[in-house]
Amino acid sequence: MSMAEDLELEEQRPERMSLSIGPHHPATHGVLRVKLELEGETVVKAEPETGFLHTGIEKTAEHLNWNQATTVMDRMDYLAPISNNTGYVLAVEKLLGIEDRIPEKARVTRVVLLELNRIASHLVGLGTGGLDYGNIGTPIFWAFELRDRILDIFEHTTGQRMNPSYIRVGGLAYDLPHNFKEMVEDFLKLAPSRIQELKDVMLNNPIFVDRAKGVSVITYEQALRYGLTGRNLRVTGSDYDVRKYYPYLGYENYDFNVPVYTAGDSWSRVAITFDEMFESLKIIRQALDNLPWDDRHIIDDRKLVLPPKQEVKHSMEALIHHFKLVHYGFDVPAGEVYVAIESPRGEIGFYVVSDGGNKPMRVRVRPPSFYAVYSLPVLLEGHLLSDMVGAIATIDPVFGEVDR
Amino acid sequence: MSADGVFKDQGGFLTTTVDSFLRWAQSNSIWPLTFGLACCAIEMMNLASGPRYDIARYGSEAFRASPRQADLMFVSGRVSNKMAPVIKRVYSQMLEPKWVVAFGACASSGGIFDNYAVMQGVDNMLPVDIYVPGCPPTPEAVIYAVQKLRGQIRKDDPRGGIIVRGQ
Amino acid sequence: MHERVAAARERVNTQVIPALVEAFPGKVEVIPPTNDLIPQVYVASDVHEPVARWLKERGFHMLVDITAADYYPKREPRFELVYHLREMPEKDPKGEKGLGMIRVRVKLTEKEPVHTLSHIWEMANAAEREIWDQFGLNIVNHPNLTRILNPDDWEGHPLRRDYPLRGPRALINLEMPADENRYHPFVEAEPAKEGE
Repeated sequence: MSMAEDLELEEQRPERMSLSIGPHHPATHGVLRVKLELEGETVVKAEPETGFLHTGIEKTAEHLNWNQATTVMDRMDYLAPISNNTGYVLAVEKLLGIEDRIPEKARVTRVVLLELNRIASHLVGLGTGGLDYGNIGTPIFWAFELRDRILDIFEHTTGQRMNPSYIRVGGLAYDLPHNFKEMVEDFLKLAPSRIQELKDVMLNNPIFVDRAKGVSVITYEQALRYGLTGRNLRVTGSDYDVRKYYPYLGYENYDFNVPVYTAGDSWSRVAITFDEMFESLKIIRQALDNLPWDDRHIIDDRKLVLPPKQEVKHSMEALIHHFKLVHYGFDVPAGEVYVAIESPRGEIGFYVVSDGGNKPMRVRVRPPSFYAVYSLPVLLEGHLLSDMVGAIATIDPVFGEVDR
Repeated sequence: MSADGVFKDQGGFLTTTVDSFLRWAQSNSIWPLTFGLACCAIEMMNLASGPRYDIARYGSEAFRASPRQADLMFVSGRVSNKMAPVIKRVYSQMLEPKWVVAFGACASSGGIFDNYAVMQGVDNMLPVDIYVPGCPPTPEAVIYAVQKLRGQIRKDDPRGGIIVRGQ
Repeated sequence: MHERVAAARERVNTQVIPALVEAFPGKVEVIPPTNDLIPQVYVASDVHEPVARWLKERGFHMLVDITAADYYPKREPRFELVYHLREMPEKDPKGEKGLGMIRVRVKLTEKEPVHTLSHIWEMANAAEREIWDQFGLNIVNHPNLTRILNPDDWEGHPLRRDYPLRGPRALINLEMPADENRYHPFVEAEPAKEGE
């Protein structure tokens, strides 16, 4: 608001104060500006302003090859890079029509990595949520310690802790390391007790219950109109989860529940996170038991996937394929697809338009946190200023995704 | 002694001892500003509060949220056009002596985003002391950078201590 | 579950779309679905808001996403407004979920006005601001059509195909600073001085 508008407003309503909680703030979970109008401590009007992290990812993806664009897609929702990667690659595979030819090992590993990513992302949300509610030290310390072990698994498998770009069109980028199963088994032995400890410390803490139960309530109708999906919708009573209703990557074969709460308040949003982490552990257990070790990690189509280097040195066709793939990439037939997957933030959808060339023509990402941030007016109005911190923390926005 | 109380160049025995004591103290208590923008911010949180990469053992125990109380600004993440004036304002609110570490590829040079929306390196706007490459850099790389910065402060950084080098 | 989704698709294709074509004669064109098998229709720009309201009454209560695409220079009209709707229960969260999806596409030229959807779904408010910011489509009756991703005084609409990737920087012929230090064998250059 400009100074002139501010003064005008102050003269009309002298009991109101306008406060701008700026982009650089320790409690806004990233770069978010919230323009509030307060009467005493109560928030009367709230308006979020985003755009401070706009990176032009959708425009950059139009100038990169189909496979190169996965690197840029990773950096949107940076807490769950494997979900963004997988969603985009599933959309491209659907356009190419090869989704039935992906090897089983690649499919099952994608599920394992997706669920590990979900646990890692929820841990960050819980750790920083605890920090926002005043629990300085314990949740964030324990959560980040457990998350470091997941990042170790990622580093051994994909080569990088965050933003790995490991999921490629046709399967995985490289084969799994020889001790992948042992590493994930070790994690599965350790995780349930650690997550239970974290839950005991956070959830029934009397200060947290006082601050979060019954606060920032949203009803199912409002949630639907504001476009919320994922955990923010499941606390209002609906059990909509893309993994159950539009299954992908073989999720219909795994036995897991979708936790649902009906209160719609901040406490439920944190409680549902813990329940989802336990369900993810179940899925990882089942997927690991079904992992076919002696299978290819990527599809066997030389027009889409680089041939192994030994062949390139002996065979002329392999050399030509390698050259074309490195210089030009591959062509995807013209068309449009919309593919949605369940990321830790909600339903992330990819609307990919191809004009038949080697670069995408338009990649639109449906960002779940964008709609969650723009539903903040409903969550904040009528509540105290100190509830604002909790509301922003529990809807768990990631601003790389909001601003892309 | 000059008019504003700063000793230029050489100084006597007492001032050089005080100077090196001050530099030792400054290098061992650099308090960073919480300035996370994007993915590199998560690696910075690992530094600050993860038990494995713990920057508190080097003196950066307190990550201050207010720029008036912080010494070091980790610009961690991509700098978009809308955020640039905010960064400039926050930097100018920090008190001397202050240092800037460009954390990650996007802060050093724009990273993989060479487009209309990202400023190609925060050094178009702020004086950067140490650049840390990586996307995101592992926390060990950042600790190495902080060690280099501490070495710089202790030896001859013109902003540390009380003796001003040069003119 | 795949059978339920297939059955929902059948239902949308055989019941909802013919009824839609009947309700808005001459303005709705049915196109065959692409590889994701979501039923899609082209709708003329003057009736797209009544079509959205009509579909909402028939059970498509969830607006998944509104977006736009620019087909320049491949075809005229160059823009297309695309939105996806999904059947979800309106008030009862535990109600029967139809799960049908439909994709509505509106072909637009550059200045053609198109009505907002933000009075039906509040999420359209933010999504249409982004469409205006990135594409410059003429959205009518929107309560707050301002820049949302780019700075407030940005000129141009970045996601159009004829906007350069580097934006205003593309118009400046910048040489890399390293070029000044590089030794050019055919040009008499002075070696860099100490301390420069």
